[in-house]
Amino acid sequence: MAANNMKAVKLRIKSVQSTMQITKAMELVASSKLRKAKERADVCRPYFRELHQTLQDIANGNMDFSSVYARESENKKSCYVVIAGDRGLAGGYNANLFKCLEADAEGKDYVVLPVGKKSVEYFRRKGVECITEAFGEIAEISVADCFEMANLLCREFRAGKYGHIELCYTNFVSMLSQVPSVMSILPLADLTAQEKTGKIENLILYEPNAVDVFDAIVPEYLAGLIYGGVCDSVASELAARRTAMEAATGNAEEMIDKLNLYYNRARQASITQEITEIVGGAEGI
Amino acid sequence: MKTFPLRIGTPDGLLFEGNVERVMCRAMTGDLAILAGHCNFCTALGMGEAHVILEDGSRKEAACIGGMLSVMNGTCRVLATTWEWKEDIDRERAEAAKKNAESLLSKGGLTDREYKIAEAKLQRALVRLGVKQ
Repeated sequence: MAANNMKAVKLRIKSVQSTMQITKAMELVASSKLRKAKERADVCRPYFRELHQTLQDIANGNMDFSSVYARESENKKSCYVVIAGDRGLAGGYNANLFKCLEADAEGKDYVVLPVGKKSVEYFRRKGVECITEAFGEIAEISVADCFEMANLLCREFRAGKYGHIELCYTNFVSMLSQVPSVMSILPLADLTAQEKTGKIENLILYEPNAVDVFDAIVPEYLAGLIYGGVCDSVASELAARRTAMEAATGNAEEMIDKLNLYYNRARQASITQEITEIVGGAEGI
Repeated sequence: MKTFPLRIGTPDGLLFEGNVERVMCRAMTGDLAILAGHCNFCTALGMGEAHVILEDGSRKEAACIGGMLSVMNGTCRVLATTWEWKEDIDRERAEAAKKNAESLLSKGGLTDREYKIAEAKLQRALVRLGVKQ
């Protein structure tokens, strides 16, 4: 019986060992990719911040609502740009993002523009209307793709398909912390601070006029924000995967230690039993 | 001369941050220059040469393509799709891009989208070469 048990434990150790090898390899791959992704996110972040800040300042000081992009929208429908990962095994990365989105979209009528395979799958399963599934792979998204997305979003926004655009992505705070967040990006009226200051601030001069300026800058602004979101999300995904895999490798090590102890005990027990048997047999002679 | 804070950002990072005397670039309606004490202002950028006069009076030239320019309470922000300082422009690459685009355009048989892309590429190459010379 003991021999049987020992064999089972040995097999179990082997299987845990091979799982550990996989998690270890995934951790290494994620950390080497993460370095590059983090660099890209770090380079892009100032632009992302400045862009958002600038448009927020404009929104706060804007008194010219002739452009569709600037004025408050009658249409209650929202469009979420949801940037998730391509693959799972990244801890709670994808789940947290969707939870954050669900909390924000509660009770609202919305369509989505999914970016990343997991995002496409999730909304297909839920039966939410997607504007396009052309951006299913986040790994291959370039600046040009972001411009394409922005133009598409603007076109449909102008056509009145939805009245608000929100960006749902994961903010890369540090190697150990990634926070999913939802950010309003259009119309500009959504960007203004909650309590609008009563006094009229310095008016902003638009050249040649507000409509033309907004028509030209809004697609760029959208593309810039989406690109920034993609960079941050990719870095977040890899960081989340690295952390998850590190934990998995640690767990596997612990499990192997425990199993080894158990195995040795079983081995010793079987040896002791054999000795007792032999001694017992010798006495009998 | 009075100076004002300027920040130049592109998706490739924050390229400039500091006080300048003047910034000139091509907007959608033509060239414009911003000096200190400008009122709040916002416009979209076109493609063309740009230059910045630094605090010490030295002049830095660049190629600027697309984006926006805003002045808010005295701070000027230029958020461009591409902003390349003159010394960073790769002439050979720009020339190769120009030739490539020209041959594509002259060959014909392009779809509308391809035509637009080739045209934009040619234009960008021309702006870069114009600044470099």
